[in-house]
Amino acid sequence: MEYEAIIGLEVHTQLLTETKIFCGCSTKFGAEPNSQTCPVCLGMPGVLPVLNKKVVEFAVLLGLATNCQIRRSNRFARKNYFYPDLPKGYQISQFEEPICENGYLEIETEQGKKRIGLIRIHMEEDAGKSVHDESYVEANETLIDLNRCGVPLLEIVSAPDIRSPQEAHAYLTQLRQLVRYLGISDGNMEEGSFRCDANISVRPVGQQKFGTRTELKNMNSFAHVQKALEYEIERQTELLKDGKSVEQQTLLWDAEKNIAQPMRGKEESHDYRYFPEPDLVPVHIDVAWFDKIKQSLPELPQEKFERFLNQYQLPEYDVRLLTENREVADYFEKVAALFDDFKMISNWMLGEIARVLNEQKISINQLPLKPDKLADLLQAIRKKVVSTSAAKKVFDFLLSNDLSVEQAIEKLGLKQISDESEIEQFVERVIAQHPAEVESFKAGKTKVIGFLVGQVMKLSRGKANPQLVNQLLQKKLKA
Amino acid sequence: MQISDIQKAVRQQKTSISRRVEEALKKIEQNSHLNAFTQVFADQARERAQQLEEQLSAGKNPGPLTGVIMAIKDNINIAGQRTTCASKILENFVSPFDATVIQRLREAGAIFIGKTNMDEFAMGSSSENSYFGSVKNPLNPDYVAGGSSGGSAVAVAIGACDAALGSETGGSIRQPASFTGLVGIKPTYGRVSRYGLVAYASSLDQIGVFARTVQDTAAILQIIAGHDEKDSTSAEVEVVDYATTINRDFKELKIGLPKQYFADGLDAEIREGILKITNELAKQGANVEEFDLPLTRYAIATYYIIATAEASSNLARYDGVRYGFRAPEVDDLQEMYASTRSKGFGKEVKRRILLGTYVLSAGYYDAYYKKAMQVRRLIKEELNNAFKKYDVIVTPTTPTTAFKLGEKISDPLTMYLMDIYTVTANLAGICAINLPAGKHSNGLPFGLQAMAPAFREERLFQLGATIERMQS
Repeated sequence: MEYEAIIGLEVHTQLLTETKIFCGCSTKFGAEPNSQTCPVCLGMPGVLPVLNKKVVEFAVLLGLATNCQIRRSNRFARKNYFYPDLPKGYQISQFEEPICENGYLEIETEQGKKRIGLIRIHMEEDAGKSVHDESYVEANETLIDLNRCGVPLLEIVSAPDIRSPQEAHAYLTQLRQLVRYLGISDGNMEEGSFRCDANISVRPVGQQKFGTRTELKNMNSFAHVQKALEYEIERQTELLKDGKSVEQQTLLWDAEKNIAQPMRGKEESHDYRYFPEPDLVPVHIDVAWFDKIKQSLPELPQEKFERFLNQYQLPEYDVRLLTENREVADYFEKVAALFDDFKMISNWMLGEIARVLNEQKISINQLPLKPDKLADLLQAIRKKVVSTSAAKKVFDFLLSNDLSVEQAIEKLGLKQISDESEIEQFVERVIAQHPAEVESFKAGKTKVIGFLVGQVMKLSRGKANPQLVNQLLQKKLKA
Repeated sequence: MQISDIQKAVRQQKTSISRRVEEALKKIEQNSHLNAFTQVFADQARERAQQLEEQLSAGKNPGPLTGVIMAIKDNINIAGQRTTCASKILENFVSPFDATVIQRLREAGAIFIGKTNMDEFAMGSSSENSYFGSVKNPLNPDYVAGGSSGGSAVAVAIGACDAALGSETGGSIRQPASFTGLVGIKPTYGRVSRYGLVAYASSLDQIGVFARTVQDTAAILQIIAGHDEKDSTSAEVEVVDYATTINRDFKELKIGLPKQYFADGLDAEIREGILKITNELAKQGANVEEFDLPLTRYAIATYYIIATAEASSNLARYDGVRYGFRAPEVDDLQEMYASTRSKGFGKEVKRRILLGTYVLSAGYYDAYYKKAMQVRRLIKEELNNAFKKYDVIVTPTTPTTAFKLGEKISDPLTMYLMDIYTVTANLAGICAINLPAGKHSNGLPFGLQAMAPAFREERLFQLGATIERMQS
């Protein structure tokens, strides 16, 4: 019998607001433990939350970008449970009335485009962190860092529409690209600003009813998600094949051992006792506010992809890569505004620039070479001021030297020689120095021209315009 | 001395602020057996008095409450002082910040003389549920002072301060005011910022004032009322000037007397006392009329479901992790929670946390909490409809005068019924006041309760001033 997997994903994405969701503390990552806290996020007696409106705006943006219905009157709810990193003993979240509902994301699969439904997106606060592994923690103690406590989160719950680890990967990639495009989250899974839990069950192909599901947690990278899902699908399938049943439980992915292990029963059996948060009044998104948010919605990845195809007439492969990341696309467009050989820009961005970003592990915004300089450099190639190979040297030089393209070419002495009389002198010297090769050419072995061009280039220390060299050599040899 | 007289006297240097502080401290000392205070700020109060005197002699105006001595219920934060909530679990908790009301009073020139005893976490109707022992009624120390703001009531009654702040969730100001013969107001929900008030039941809690006269009560509320950006449930509704509205003529007043508040269970003398006052008001031109508030009978049940549900969540933060009491000698996290909370909370607090946890539990939420919220809305509508006909609703504040210490403490249900006339105002979010209405033949005072629509506190003050004039 054939089996298929039914997967639903729950993603928590940290929002890039400057301050926390209910107080004025900074949300910056990596500060000294507990330095970004105040009585409100510490849950001191007598404090009250005040909503950061930016969180609502970010939630609406994501809702609009995922075709959701947006709730205009929003209430928060308390999710009650005890944990040392949860100072109030409850998390302020949304329950019965999430801000966004009934949307979808479109992913690419081998069978073509597929819609993955979004059940809901809601706003909530993050908890703090328990610290065990640092050197300053004694073996028998747990310390609490509450810097992260109160950082705004959106929880995005997909419908059980995902059928394979590959689709899960595509969904996560798409969602992460979206939150980055919208500028609402950095989507960094390793730093924990983009976290994913999965609900998974398996059923015989053709069966309508869902099987018993398990919940998978603690997957800290896209690769972990894929591996964990593969593991769990196989485990459940084997159980069913053996005529056994799947137990409903929560599993933690162990990335070192590559297995999923059940959580202890006690931690699992929560009754969160949700009820409406009485300390916050309902947030009404009126028409004016809604329109303002809507207007701030940037061009979405798919729209950008299609526009690039049309506007720049580039191959789909290039456009896919150029529009994967909003900053890269912006960079491209800034260069394209100054230089109209779009394929040439694309080649440089997907070649040299991609290489540097990769090597230095930086984002394109951190690249010292700004778009106007790349345009200047490409212009110099086109005007034959430098050869393409020399331009690569100029490019590398400009990464660590704040000079204009012209200055850099000057400084490196890479200005291309396009003066015929100057090149003619090199050509004549090479012909004189290599009579044997000249003979061969004249005898019909025209391939030898490559060698001779190389010799001229060498003599000019790479600065001679290779096309001119070629022309002049041909002319002289055929004369 | 009334607050307005204090302001004149200190500015004309007819009264020394420092001397008034000494007198207050003496009163506290003489009445220490009443157990009204959890903390007394003798040194700070003396220092503050001197500062204010220096400011005055330098020609500065420290504010409309210059030299007014105040006692603060021990569930309202004063920066640098302990906020115990009369609980072992917060016995040594020092607040790092001022409540908004404290900040406003400070800026107005008030002096804080001490923190007052109360039912633990404001849960109770007699101020007997305190980790620091029961508060006693100054008129007869064998009797309770009422609660939960019993200490604040006693502090004002014995002259240890000019006014006091209390907090209300279901009658915790009006009831002790009634038991000690004071004016006590529970403002409209959202009238006064709750920032810095330790939460019991967030949707019902409100800070209010005890004073000996209506005018003084109004003078304090004037300072603490108004929107606060730190409390999003505080209303952006204008605060009228109470001093100019308080003496407005009240002749054509329409007063409603809800039958259910004068029915069985009400002490006959109290009933007579209240009706005597309303008859007198009628003689002076008021239109007094009986009417029905049938949903009153559901008020107590509704109140105890909502209040305990919210409390079970609000008190979850007292877990021994970051501050307050932590049980020693525990083996793991679960035991630390259980032992800390078992030892740190008193019996009544634990009872309410359990009750609240139960009503919010999966499978019970709809039957209890959700239903209670629906009834609450109906009660609110019923009152709003009544206010279409009446300017104020007048009732007794409590069914009896103060009871004996220990008399009801072992019978929670009887104790809960002490709030029967007061909880409605909290559920509906409207304002209500206790006005001294006379003395019972048993020697103890009783009070008249007046309720007005949301944000119409000035009506309560107008009526109160009228009744005060009638009585003098």
